[in-house]
Amino acid sequence: MSASTRDSFYLYRKLKSSLMMGLTLVATVLTLLPLIFVLAYLVSKGLSSLNFNFFTHLPKPVGEPGGGMANAIVGTFELVALASLMGVPIGIGAGLYLNEYGGSLSAPARFAADVLIGMPSIVVGIFAYVVVVRPMHGFSALAGGFALGIIMIPLVTRTTEEMVRLVPQELREAALALGVTRWRTTVSIVVRTAAAGIATGVILAIARVAGETAPLLFTAFGNRFWSHGLSEPIASLTVQVYTYAISPFANWQRQAWAGALVLTGIVLALELGVRWITRGRLKPLR
Amino acid sequence: MISLPASKSPESAVKVPAAEKLKVADLSAYYRGKTALRSINLDILANHVTAIIGPSGCGKSTLVRCLNRMHEVQAGNHAEGQVWLDGEDIYAPGVDPVQVRRRIGMVFQKATPFPTMSIEDNVTAGLRLNRRRLGRAERDRIVERSLRRAALWDEVKDVLRQPGTSLSGGQQQRLCIARALAVEPEVLLMDEPCSALDPISTARIEELLLELKASYTIVLVTHNMQQAARASDYTAFLLNGDLIEFGETNQIFTNPGRQETEEYITGRFG
Repeated sequence: MSASTRDSFYLYRKLKSSLMMGLTLVATVLTLLPLIFVLAYLVSKGLSSLNFNFFTHLPKPVGEPGGGMANAIVGTFELVALASLMGVPIGIGAGLYLNEYGGSLSAPARFAADVLIGMPSIVVGIFAYVVVVRPMHGFSALAGGFALGIIMIPLVTRTTEEMVRLVPQELREAALALGVTRWRTTVSIVVRTAAAGIATGVILAIARVAGETAPLLFTAFGNRFWSHGLSEPIASLTVQVYTYAISPFANWQRQAWAGALVLTGIVLALELGVRWITRGRLKPLR
Repeated sequence: MISLPASKSPESAVKVPAAEKLKVADLSAYYRGKTALRSINLDILANHVTAIIGPSGCGKSTLVRCLNRMHEVQAGNHAEGQVWLDGEDIYAPGVDPVQVRRRIGMVFQKATPFPTMSIEDNVTAGLRLNRRRLGRAERDRIVERSLRRAALWDEVKDVLRQPGTSLSGGQQQRLCIARALAVEPEVLLMDEPCSALDPISTARIEELLLELKASYTIVLVTHNMQQAARASDYTAFLLNGDLIEFGETNQIFTNPGRQETEEYITGRFG
């Protein structure tokens, strides 16, 4: 092989490498761009309508300027709290069963959890409508919390299972060999060792349901006022944003942007919370 | 107290006055239907170190894990036969394995301090996780006594609040020994406790065994024949799930009764 052909082959390889590298770079930028655009647009549109009153005042009737989404912000937190009360204990319990005890039920349960994760959330909403709203004869915070809780369960189950699977078998045996019961070993050794990971899964599940709209449309429904009790309809940021965004009123549309910005801020704060919790803490598992 | 049946195995007729702490009778163990141990008969004497040697996969670990009912922890495993602890069969129906493990402690091949706990919390883990309330003074006393017995006190007495995982490998293993001793077991099972340690840490643990046997009955699984020769009083040689030979360590290593034993200890296989 002459020197020149070797050189041209080298150039060809070099070119191919640069091309492929360039393509992956483009793909990376394309992944980041939507996020940057959405955030930038959200801030530019929402920030101007965001003021102190937005967090402390109820919505004003059409035509009156001002007002806020205080009830929707509190409502979102209430709904998420209700959902967590249901989703977190059941999810963690099921995740522990899958990995720690895993009888003959674990394969179907794991499959069911995976199916449920992929289930369109509006279907979960319909389910909640049938089993909670209809029997209770009305939309309610409970129904909304129930729908979101159903969405949380499989998410928490699967992350819990993955996290406790990372706990080395030797630790369980070390505890059992000390004459510790199986149950105490699970709670005090397995769960504690995997606590940061489980907390991460819980927060991510919370962030996920905080942004759900569809299952709330016909469960929590929405409310222009404060909700006095869990059996009343309750406002949420997502539904409020939806209602305001499709309205023909410029003032409402501006407020929808502000609401979307607040919602994004909450979810972003949760994600940052996850990063903070897991900083260096998952190390004992590796 | 149940009277003990006479041992069936000729090896157990060792002429030593010491009492049997553990008596293994016709013990077989299975992994998902695969036989790992075939009718083992073995007497383990109180206040002595009994070594279990043999090539990889011969069933050493399985045997020692059967002695405190850890073998059955993994799904699909089971054991048949009897293991008499002071005349009580730990495999009798109605015996709670959790109670057995409080009397027969265990140290594993890999040091496993609990990563979420400090050194002192690791020592008292067995007691606290069994819901025993410890006063401050009592806790301090147990921590110091256990760490002293494990020959670790002088090295860690100023850093008791640091995580157990911050110690070196040899120190972690002694921490695990201290943790096992804190529960006040009568028997201590050690499953290749030195195989991940350097020679100096190994020597410290072997020294420790000599001190501990004054108060405990020790069963030491090792793939290191020099270690068995140095640290044990009795040696059992296992091969493919069968107990080939059992006797005083000195006799096993200088004048083995069986050809397989001789071939193994002279390094012809394994």
